Amino acid sequence: MLRTETYTMNFGPQHPATHGVFQVVLTLDGEKIVKAEPVCGYLHRGIEKLAESRTYQQVIPYTDRMDYLASMLQNWGYVMAVEKLMGLEVPERAEYLRVISGELSRLASHVLATGVYALDVGGFTGFLLCFRERERMMDLLEELTGSRMTFSYARFGGVADDAPEGWLEKLDKLMDDMPGYIDEYDGLITGNEIFQARTKQVGGLSPETAIDYSLSGPVLRGSGINYDLRKAKPYSIYDRFDFEVPVGKNGDCFDRYFCRVREMRQSVRIIKQAIEQIKEIDGPIKGKVPKALKPPKGDAYAEIESSKGILGFYVVSDGTNKPHRVHVRRPSFINLGYLDEMSRGWLIADLVAILGSIDIVLGEVDC
Amino acid sequence: MEKKISEIISELKEKFPQIKTSEETISVSTEDLLGLMQELKNSFGFNYLTNLTAADYPADAKGKGDGNEDEDDGEMEIVYNLTSVYEKLYLTVKARVSRKNPEIPSVFPVWGGANWQEREVYDLFGIVFTDHPNLKRILLTDNFEGYPLRKDYQWVGGRK
Repeated sequence: MLRTETYTMNFGPQHPATHGVFQVVLTLDGEKIVKAEPVCGYLHRGIEKLAESRTYQQVIPYTDRMDYLASMLQNWGYVMAVEKLMGLEVPERAEYLRVISGELSRLASHVLATGVYALDVGGFTGFLLCFRERERMMDLLEELTGSRMTFSYARFGGVADDAPEGWLEKLDKLMDDMPGYIDEYDGLITGNEIFQARTKQVGGLSPETAIDYSLSGPVLRGSGINYDLRKAKPYSIYDRFDFEVPVGKNGDCFDRYFCRVREMRQSVRIIKQAIEQIKEIDGPIKGKVPKALKPPKGDAYAEIESSKGILGFYVVSDGTNKPHRVHVRRPSFINLGYLDEMSRGWLIADLVAILGSIDIVLGEVDC
Repeated sequence: MEKKISEIISELKEKFPQIKTSEETISVSTEDLLGLMQELKNSFGFNYLTNLTAADYPADAKGKGDGNEDEDDGEMEIVYNLTSVYEKLYLTVKARVSRKNPEIPSVFPVWGGANWQEREVYDLFGIVFTDHPNLKRILLTDNFEGYPLRKDYQWVGGRK
């Protein structure tokens, strides 16, 4: 057999398929990956350090800027940790608004992930198609919060504002249309022969490894582990909704992608039920919370299921109005940690498919 | 479920008499850490390291050591959030190291997920995880000076 020298090649940080400023230093044998060393930190802004010199309320906008594709869920995770620390109650209507806005944010994130993944493996039509629906979601989120991406909608003990008049009806209409749209993705992307050839049996991940490496979200569930925090330890009011947790079989790129598509259908189901139930509930959207927030000394860790996986916030209070320490367990960061082992032995083209299937956001990886 | 956790904690107390426990939290010394973690994984099914982080607790409130060698400089706390994916159990383990000599065994042999999380803590706090296979900076550049998440780190700029 012909022996070749290995050589190194930089993949990124200005490569469109890295989804942001992210570099992988590849050691290659021909086109085969021997080693893939991820280099992150290009977008590190020190949010955890900044949080220590801000008041508790001032930290909320920073969380928007981590996973900016699902900001609602980031806001939610942070306020939940502080609420746990202070033992705050959240009014029922606010919980519903959080679930509705959070699931809408998850949908927007998954729609983007689906479209971008199609683009990664060479299908431009799928990409544009997904942006058609994303625009409708963004319009709705803008109407609710005044912003298209950085929402800062959650507040301690509630949410910023109630849904505007007629908003829930518009959302209901979109949810009626969504299953048809998702069918289109299935037809155009999921069922596409080239797409399947690029993603099936590529980048396999065994369930044992997925658990061992703390992977979460569709990456974990794609390997057949049924672990979704909304079901495993239902926070907020998730125990009131009827939905399923989609899992994959083979743990390959296709399964991870397909988990996301099926999760979209479940999010639509949850939002439909929430809209139906919130009609019956009238009341405040914010609990009684003091303006100058000084949580008692101590620490709290709260976690929610974000669109990328388990999003945890660890908050330490020293009794003042500024947090002593805020740590974010970022699913994108930890999921990316296994990229090296996962891409060994595959071709450069497969690396694009593998990286896309993990669905990372660099704002969250680098924090 | 709560009962299960309390059962686990009392069983652990028999094996590791030095540990201090409260509801769902175990405080352990750095010597006992690795043994306790292995026990938690192998005998009690805590197969998932959800979160690993640290927090700085300097002795001086402002976080400025006065450079006196003998003076107590305070401690740093490493926090592990563990999950049993199949049993749906949750447990927190805490261990403290001195700020003067921040060294703790790596839990990478127990959970692969510790790999990047320990590197992040090393990067931002300067805590050394012994026997970690690849302990180097991850978010900051290799030639960065200092450990930004320590309380005595001086940074330029920002609002007052």
